[in-house]
Amino acid sequence: MKKSKISKLKHTSVGDIIFVICNTLFMICVVVVTLYPMLNTLAVSFNDGIDTVRGGIYLKPRVFTWANYQSIFSKGNIITAFTVSVSRTVISALLNVVFTSMVAYTLTRKEYVFRRLITVVYVLTMYFNAGLIPGYMLIKELHLLNTFAVYILPGLVSAFDLIVIRTFMKTIPESLVESASIDGAGDFRIFWSIMFPLSAPVLATIALFCAVNAWNSWFDTFLYNSSSQNLTTLQYEMMKLLSSTMNQSATNAAAMAAKGDAATGLQTPVSTRAAITIVASVPILVVYPFLQKYFVKGMTLGGVKE
Amino acid sequence: MKTAVKSKKHPKSPEEIKTNRSFVQRMGLQWQLILMSIPFLIHRIIFSYVPLKGWLMAFQNYKPAKGWLDQEFVGLKWFKQLFSDTVFITDIRNTFAMSLINLSLGFITAIALALLLNEIKNTFAKRFVQTVSYMPHFLSWVIVAGLVQNMLSTDSGIVNDLIVKLGISDTKIPFLSEPKYFWGIVGASNVWKEVGWNTIIYLAAMSSIDPSLYEAASMDGAGRFMKMFHVTLPGIKTTFMMLLIMNIGHILEAGFELQYLLTNGLISSVSETIDIYVLKYGIQIGNYSLGTAAGIFKSVVSITLVFIANKLAGEENKLI
Repeated sequence: MKKSKISKLKHTSVGDIIFVICNTLFMICVVVVTLYPMLNTLAVSFNDGIDTVRGGIYLKPRVFTWANYQSIFSKGNIITAFTVSVSRTVISALLNVVFTSMVAYTLTRKEYVFRRLITVVYVLTMYFNAGLIPGYMLIKELHLLNTFAVYILPGLVSAFDLIVIRTFMKTIPESLVESASIDGAGDFRIFWSIMFPLSAPVLATIALFCAVNAWNSWFDTFLYNSSSQNLTTLQYEMMKLLSSTMNQSATNAAAMAAKGDAATGLQTPVSTRAAITIVASVPILVVYPFLQKYFVKGMTLGGVKE
Repeated sequence: MKTAVKSKKHPKSPEEIKTNRSFVQRMGLQWQLILMSIPFLIHRIIFSYVPLKGWLMAFQNYKPAKGWLDQEFVGLKWFKQLFSDTVFITDIRNTFAMSLINLSLGFITAIALALLLNEIKNTFAKRFVQTVSYMPHFLSWVIVAGLVQNMLSTDSGIVNDLIVKLGISDTKIPFLSEPKYFWGIVGASNVWKEVGWNTIIYLAAMSSIDPSLYEAASMDGAGRFMKMFHVTLPGIKTTFMMLLIMNIGHILEAGFELQYLLTNGLISSVSETIDIYVLKYGIQIGNYSLGTAAGIFKSVVSITLVFIANKLAGEENKLI
């Protein structure tokens, strides 16, 4: 290892060394710019709300406190939102993986009479959509407004996931299916005992994509379920907080700081938002590095993500 | 299926019976496959194709109290109103402008970052930078909008702190209430969120370039940059073209969430996109017909662009 390093150094020119130094500095910048906003939010979320308004919080809290987290978790709506977000994420990831791989399996059977029809119907949906209002009217007509089902049903089995899984399944040797078929296994059996387990790597990717999608959605809550408080989601609560602080001027914040001197321990919108941001992003940020090799493979399989 | 049953009753030729029967028989044999897929086909038709009937609303004076077909038809009234509305014309401009900014910035930054990542020889460092750069992709737009607002805030945002400390400007700049900065902010936020993720596909293409090409180039005396420009870049050209063609169809998808979340009264003249117009007129004001007409305009432009792109793509890159 050391030897090869030395021999490499011998062959490197001054230009190369300069390039490596510049490239390293650039990559450090990329890492800093990427991480700073999240680390800053983390610091703000652990800093006293009133103190934060004075500014100057960068990477570590000045007046450490758990109060921001205590305050958000003492509010009923955040607990509800967290529960709804977790359930919609888990349910839609599970159902999507099972159902999408099931349909994908049928598309790998060349003799299947509806193979072409199903493929065309799904692929076309990648290139058009009826639009916001017709979509809203449909949900209304199906009586899905203000239901949990509206989080799960419309997105079940998407074209992109279907194509990624089908592409992967085509790489599984056909002889496995044939020999199982000769042994008398039906299609359900072949799918469940052979194709489903063998597709695990790609299914992990799809599960991650679906979970991220479900966890990060706020627009469906806003559009369909905004009047049911027990169906709110974390992202929607974040969105409401964001729009309430969006137009807040500096004078407002200053007034709050002045008020805060009298009553310390008050939570400001900025620190509440920071705490919710951390709660709403940590679950996914903890998981994704471990699935990296799967999603990198999945991305290249599907060509491109829409 | 219907024809199969019919011709079974009135057989015309023995050959026809045979093929028709075999189709029905095949269906019978494939009942498990049918059970596994047809319910989802119906589900997809309900959720993606049935709403298309709502396009009728754009040609009607739609009143929610009446049935679908009892509405008064008004021809192209709403489309005429749409194109005489200066707000809508501005929204088209905003949508196109932000799309083009996002598209070009997105491609340039992703390819540049992929090229530079490809030059890192230390596997651990490379993996670390990659893992970090994927992170923002997993955050929702709501969170990103919040971060953007924090970073650019005039109270304690780092960007303004740096600007003042480095002496670029004496006073703090109210980035989010001045129209001239908005498109840039949207472009930069998109790059921040997606640049790492977008390198995945280019890095995969780069790793499949034949190493002997690099060796040959070295033998010919090519330096690092020569190799980057004459071996690596041509090596990812197909991938680039494919992505470009696929993205042309999405030119009107400038994004909706970030613009919607970051907008305020001061900057709505540059931040409002077609999607926001649809939401505003359709859902919030309740003019379903006008909102649907705007939606149809967007869909028709997108579909036309997809077909043009499909033609341009040539046989091997066909999208549909």
